[in-house]
Parts: sequence; C-alpha cells; structure tokens
Amino acid sequence: MVFADPFETLFNFQQTLDALRASSWLESTPSGGGPYPPLNVFRKGDDFVITTEIPGVNASDLDIKVRGNAIQIAGIKTVDYSDKASRHRRERMAGSFDRSVTIPVEIDPERVKAEFRNGILVLYLARAERDKPKSIKVV
Amino acid sequence: MRTHRATRKMEDTMAKSRALEVQEKKELASKEETTVPAKYYVPNTDIYETDDALTVVMEIPGVEKKNLAVHVENDVLRVEGRIDFSKYEGLEPVYTEYNVGNFVRAFNLSSKIDQDKVGAQLDDGVLTLTLKKSKQAMPRRILIS
Repeated sequence: MVFADPFETLFNFQQTLDALRASSWLESTPSGGGPYPPLNVFRKGDDFVITTEIPGVNASDLDIKVRGNAIQIAGIKTVDYSDKASRHRRERMAGSFDRSVTIPVEIDPERVKAEFRNGILVLYLARAERDKPKSIKVV
Repeated sequence: MRTHRATRKMEDTMAKSRALEVQEKKELASKEETTVPAKYYVPNTDIYETDDALTVVMEIPGVEKKNLAVHVENDVLRVEGRIDFSKYEGLEPVYTEYNVGNFVRAFNLSSKIDQDKVGAQLDDGVLTLTLKKSKQAMPRRILIS
C-alpha cells in the first residue's frame, strides 16, 4: 500500500467500525437494563476484547461481574458542580447503568481482566481452552 | 435563591437514580474541509460560570494528556484531543455500537479571559478547564458614598 499513513488507517478503521454497527453477533440478556454503555467487541487472536466509553465514572463506582458467558457492567455516573455556579450549557448526563451481554463463545471467567483508563473500560476475555478450535491430524 | 438551589439539588439527586441512556456521539460538521477524510467528534460539554471564572467540562474518552491541545486566542477557546489509535492495532472488530475518532470543539468566549490563568485537569476521560476572568470582566461592587 502506498498510503500507509496513520490518517488513512484511521479512516479505514472508522469505516470498518461503522460497517459492523450492531450486527447480530452479540446478544443482550433480558436480565440487564438499558443499552448504556455502548460496546465494541474485537477479536484478538483466540481471545476477545470489549471496549466501552464511560467518561466521568469513577473506577470505584464500577461493578463488573462475569457468570458463565454473561458479562454484567453496572455503575453510576455522577456530574457534580458547585451550587454557586450558573450553568450555561448542560450536555453531560448523569445516572446509573446496568447492562448484561452474552458472548457467543465460551470464555474463562477466571481469566477476565478489566482495565479502566482515560474513561475507557477495556475487558479482556480469554477464550476457554476447551472452546478453542483444535486441528485434527489425519492419520 | 434558596428554593432555586434546593430544586437543583433535588434534580441532581434524581439524576443519580435515573437510568443512563445512550447519547449518540456527535460527528463534527466542519465548515472547512480537512485534507484527510477521518471523522472528528464533538465532545459533550458542560459550561458554568462563577463570579471569577468560567469552567468548561468536556468528555474526551481515550485522549491522553500529551495528545491534548487547548488554545485561547482572540476570545476563542479551542480544544483538540487525539486518541491513541495504535491501541486498536491487532484488534479485529466483530461487533460495534460506537465509532472512535479525535475530538474537536471551539467556543467563542463572551467574557474576557486571563489567558495566562487557564487551569486544565484530566480525570477519567473528563477535561475540566478553569478560565479565570480578567479583572475588567469581574463583577465589581459599587460602594455608595
């Protein structure tokens, strides 16, 4: 490729993300609440990575649970300002969230890792050993 | 004043128990065309004012301190945050609900700002800018002699 510059790559990546908008890959479970926070799911080799943007949420207000293949992301986002201030613009939303999703592959609940940096929550889901494809040797 | 404050407090408390809804990310509709076709996003912003300062709070998830540019020039505040796109290398998307991109937003400032006294803090993807008003712009109590 001639144009291997980061902008070109970013544009291509953005287009790929748009193309996969809400495909039927991920199922929501009835136990979970609304569709907040929006999620992106990536494949990384055998494993999966879930990312979500939740700016303004404290790590201590986050509650992440894994049960079988179901992942629950719950938390509270607060927006607090001094009483004395007069507000000109108000676009940031506060509230609670609770979302459950079921991953259509078997994951190892013991090896789920969560990372929260700069308002982005990243969940690393390791595929269960028994779920990994095995190559069969023909004898 | 007190009742007003009380109502606001109540609204805030109610907001905490309310279920959050998805706010679709706003794409920047630029007046000028950019040389690269990548998408930019407009960060959700709160602005409030006190007697001595203007505070601008922006949500820019994924932007590191070093990739953030804040300018105050000719009474225009401009914020540009770049995301670290290399974090997505080796990741193949299978299901998506939101897109990612750099953030940009500019505001015309109505009150005079002391350009040397702009405070910036970045916590959990939220940028808080404190723009101190210049002396001339601060409200002055007039003493009646």
